[in-house]
Amino acid sequence: MASNSSSDRQRIAQQRLRIIAGHLRAPVDSDSTILAAECKAQGSKTDVSSERKTVPRRRQEILKWNGWGYSDTRFLFNKKGQAEFTGKRYRLSGMIIPALQNWFEGTFGASVQHKSPAMPILTSSAVQPPTLNEAFVDELKSTGIPCSHDAEDRVFRGHGHCLHEVFALREGKVGRVPDIVVWPNCHNDVVKIVELACKHNVCLIPYGGGTSVSSALECPPEETRCIVSLDTSQMNRILWIDEKNLTAHVEAGIVGQELERLLNESGYCTGHEPDSMEFSSLGGWVATRASGMKKNIYGNIEDLVVHVKMVTPQGVIEKGCQCPRMSTGPDIHHFIMGSEGTLGVVTEVTMKIRPMPEYQKYGSVVFPNFEQGVACLREVAKQRCAPASIRLMDNEQFKFGHALKPQVSSIFTSFLDGLKKFYITKFKGFDPDRLCVATLLFEGDREKVLQHEKQVYDIAAKFGGLAAGEDNGQRGYMLTFVIAYLRDLGMDYYVIGESFETSVPWDRVLDICRNVKARIIQECKDKGVQFSPLSTCRVTQTYDAGACVYFYFAFNYRGLSDPVHVYEQVEHAAREEILANGGSLSHHHGVGKLRKEWMRETISDVGMGMLKSVKNYVDPKNIFGNRNLI
Amino acid sequence: IDPMLKKRDDFEDILEERRNSSDLKYALRCYTPVLYKGVTPCTSSMLKSMVLQSDQLHYVINQVSKETGKATDDIKEEASAILEEMAQCLQLSTVRFFAFTLSKAFKTLFRSICVNEDGIQRLQQAIQEHPVVLLPSHRSYMDFLLMSYILYTYDVALPVIAAGMDFMGMKFVGEMLRMSGAFFIRRSFGGDKLYWALFSEYVKTMLKNGFAPVEFFLEGTRSRTSKSLTPKLGLLNIVMDPFLKGEVFDVNVVPVSISYERVLEETLYARELLGIPKPKESTSGLFKARKILSEDYGSIHVYFGQPVSVRSLAQGKVNRCQFNLVPRHIPRRPSEDIASFVNDSAYRLVRAQEENMVLKPWVLVASLLLQYHHQNQAAGQKRGIALGELTAQAVWLRDLSRQYGAFLHWPDHIPPSEVVSSSLTLHRGLVRICEDKVQLAVEQGPHSSVAPEEELLSQAVILLSCASYRNQALHVFVRPALLALAIHTASSNQKQEVFNSFSFLRNMFSNEFILCPGATVQDFEEACYLLVKTGALQFTQQEVLVTERGHRTLAFLSTMLDPFLQGYQVVCRFLCEEATETLTEKQFIPAVRKFIKKLLLAGRLRYMEVLSSDLQKNSLAALLRLGAVRKMKG
Repeated sequence: MASNSSSDRQRIAQQRLRIIAGHLRAPVDSDSTILAAECKAQGSKTDVSSERKTVPRRRQEILKWNGWGYSDTRFLFNKKGQAEFTGKRYRLSGMIIPALQNWFEGTFGASVQHKSPAMPILTSSAVQPPTLNEAFVDELKSTGIPCSHDAEDRVFRGHGHCLHEVFALREGKVGRVPDIVVWPNCHNDVVKIVELACKHNVCLIPYGGGTSVSSALECPPEETRCIVSLDTSQMNRILWIDEKNLTAHVEAGIVGQELERLLNESGYCTGHEPDSMEFSSLGGWVATRASGMKKNIYGNIEDLVVHVKMVTPQGVIEKGCQCPRMSTGPDIHHFIMGSEGTLGVVTEVTMKIRPMPEYQKYGSVVFPNFEQGVACLREVAKQRCAPASIRLMDNEQFKFGHALKPQVSSIFTSFLDGLKKFYITKFKGFDPDRLCVATLLFEGDREKVLQHEKQVYDIAAKFGGLAAGEDNGQRGYMLTFVIAYLRDLGMDYYVIGESFETSVPWDRVLDICRNVKARIIQECKDKGVQFSPLSTCRVTQTYDAGACVYFYFAFNYRGLSDPVHVYEQVEHAAREEILANGGSLSHHHGVGKLRKEWMRETISDVGMGMLKSVKNYVDPKNIFGNRNLI
Repeated sequence: IDPMLKKRDDFEDILEERRNSSDLKYALRCYTPVLYKGVTPCTSSMLKSMVLQSDQLHYVINQVSKETGKATDDIKEEASAILEEMAQCLQLSTVRFFAFTLSKAFKTLFRSICVNEDGIQRLQQAIQEHPVVLLPSHRSYMDFLLMSYILYTYDVALPVIAAGMDFMGMKFVGEMLRMSGAFFIRRSFGGDKLYWALFSEYVKTMLKNGFAPVEFFLEGTRSRTSKSLTPKLGLLNIVMDPFLKGEVFDVNVVPVSISYERVLEETLYARELLGIPKPKESTSGLFKARKILSEDYGSIHVYFGQPVSVRSLAQGKVNRCQFNLVPRHIPRRPSEDIASFVNDSAYRLVRAQEENMVLKPWVLVASLLLQYHHQNQAAGQKRGIALGELTAQAVWLRDLSRQYGAFLHWPDHIPPSEVVSSSLTLHRGLVRICEDKVQLAVEQGPHSSVAPEEELLSQAVILLSCASYRNQALHVFVRPALLALAIHTASSNQKQEVFNSFSFLRNMFSNEFILCPGATVQDFEEACYLLVKTGALQFTQQEVLVTERGHRTLAFLSTMLDPFLQGYQVVCRFLCEEATETLTEKQFIPAVRKFIKKLLLAGRLRYMEVLSSDLQKNSLAALLRLGAVRKMKG
């Protein structure tokens, strides 16, 4: 099964080297394993990492202003109509994806002849001039903290990645955006900014990686005060690593990939890998209760956080120690986690770290149908032997995954693929329109991984699952990183879509998947969508008592006068269906403003009252006025 | 909505092809129905084990074991035995056998069996999309065999049918029916948790897996009076449950209206209502019914209504989140919103059945003849009505009923007099024509050797049979008729007075007719709309005025309800005068019957219809509901 074990060995060797190098780079004072760094603004440059690779203040230098991800990376249909993925950043970059066009046209009834291009550049006349609170701006400037009221900077921070937000940008439409952007460099900068904001009564909206899909970053149109976007991206250092307790103290603006890269240099990792980790920030994870792909080993954000520092209008909130667990009344971290920027700005976090895993292995299992697949995942969860990640795609997504196979280099590979397909569909009798695939990721020391792998495959076999190779598994995970780029491709050709998630008890998983997918299809039909939509799901996390389910939904909007409105109505109906089927309002995307209307039924009247009274105490003047959550 | 605008499909006679091609070939032809897209293929016996292994059953078995102290294994065995007794074992070969024999029988009994093919097509579509529940009206034993016969004919998936246990009395026939898809339910199993769990789980399992469309009779039993019966909610609750709990995306419910031009059980029902003992269902009894085969029963119309999505019915009425906090397999009493949702839906569905019931000209003729009979009787005349006049009346009533939206099959290309006489011919057992005068076949024979009571009963059989035809049209007229009666009884012409009086009558009669709960205002408005539209009524700011030409309509309408009014009155009288001591439920019918017979023989009551036990039961139920009578335990 380990088809390229030599490259594995090579990789492990490299990892070891990196770990050792990380140790070698430790400070001379070898008694202390704690590494300290001070605020850049205070002049010190002692950093854990040697080489810095931050997100620049002017994000537009490397990121798209009206779409997902890096400017140099996108899908396109070339002149021959073949799909290509540009750039050099991903495994798929620079490759031709021959099957995508067919799948795309077949699934959506779209055509590569019918383009719906985006506005190429932002016209600054589309952006309203900033409402500036002069007194605030003057005092802010005197602190020396960088700020800007450049139109591009402001627009970039006025949105997340909901469909309606990106769609509007592509049309060059800009609503209410922040009036100023500030870039604090450290905790103390944030304290100053919050003090000034309170003093001058301006509205603060914290901004991390900008990957929100809950309308959390949208400026409330009714906000009349000056809106200040507090961009944490420059607070991106690991301040110290404590190897005795296996924790790292990190500034909250650091983005996921950077955090992992820097920790890896010292031989560690957090293991927290949400799908957005390239761009999303530590502070954002805390503020939205994020969940990572490998939570089965490392835990979700609430399991990883040991200590949090948050600056609020009432002052700084933090615990007085770094203890693993406390019985001291309700955990104040739970006021911070999931507060979605309504109470303050998370500035520093102490997180658990782990030594980097010695060995990683992908895998996949094909099941005759989705029901069997879910039954298998349930059994894996019951036996508490879930690998680092286990995800089950439904049939549509399995086909989608296949459409993303890059051009094969040799006839032999394509022959092997054909043989595999023959074996599964003809010899094993799997119906190609019903089968589904689970992708797996194992992590740990080599021997245990292999043992674990066998255990999981044995369980899968009991549910009719057939091992289907590492390649399928790896491609499945790649899909999560490129899916957002694919949405931009769709939007170039009249196709709009989105993903949304929920968590649900085990006994409801099959029902919710079926009903929500069917509801999407029915609503599209009722709302006049001319083409049948893509409505697909996967189970992405397993827990003792339930699972996390992700839905993807997209349709061809040709012939609709207001596609975004139709889209929103369908998503709204889908969420109602989720709730009616016992699903949660959100597993990890958060509530923002998009799902606020359901909060009361989700947490009860008293629950709402509790949250509101906390807000009233912490921020009576609604300085943190993004109006998320409640 | 104007009832005139109701669009209905055309019919196709399925017997026509039977008369022109081989029945054997038909019975053996290739049968490949379209199935539910999410079907889990399974056999009848697999179904049983799925039920026995379900979480629901495990839970109830443990519960029963705790309560009774019996070992779970014993209860499991008991459950398995109950399921054996209940389960269907649908076999195509049996269906083919029925297809052959029924073809033969139907061709001799009926002139035609007319089916709306568009409805069949809609049904096909519905079956593919979602689990389907078939809800035929129930007027005859024939109903469910007829349904399966039609579905077989059109290559539609054969249903499984909930049937009463009484069929099981007929050993051989019972097994045959089982093999053609019937499953058997005990008539009453009140507090038997285990039985209820098995039964509901069995039905749900078949429905959820798309094993077959589930068919049952919303009215619970055959209507002996041809009026629709107050719907029973048990099975409807069960089939809606999988949707409400999210176990299926939707359930499609298809009301089916089966109308017989002549009901096979015509006089049988009348006798039963009069308390003349009913022969127990037995195989030999069925064979005796062979003499029926020599008679002409006219045609049957079967109308497959628009499939109703339970999801859209429940939209905004039920909060499905209520199932989120307790595991779904734990049985719970339906919440208030669900109970009222199911009840409202049941009424809507029965009304949907009523709406698509085909009415034959005879239904109108019978209504007219009944009214004539009673008027003449009161006037002491015994001459009958001239055919010409009857025809003219019938044409008037035809036009009126069409304006009220009746689904009337009156052949417009045939002269009305021929239409009327051919209906009279088909029902020659109920009418007598001499010297061009038509009257009901109730006149006393010349030799009065029979006892007066027997004489009374035999007359009542004819009258009740006739009334059952009139009843077929009641759903068309009931709302305007209640208004007509309300105007008649109200103390003034004031709109509010009339409404109050309408509301009282409607409430009084809501066990008698299908009147949706809580729809008093809608019903009143509908009645006003129809009477105003047809020029019988005018409304001023405050008053209701009957127009010149409206008197005839209003007289006809209120006379239609007269027998019911008298029936309720006489039951009240009985309770006041005779039932001084407390009465057991069992004693009630014989006692009230005796009381009424006495009055009838003394010539102090006009309507023999009040002898109908159905009417008597309904009036007691109404009095009970209104709090005029109390039920005491023990």
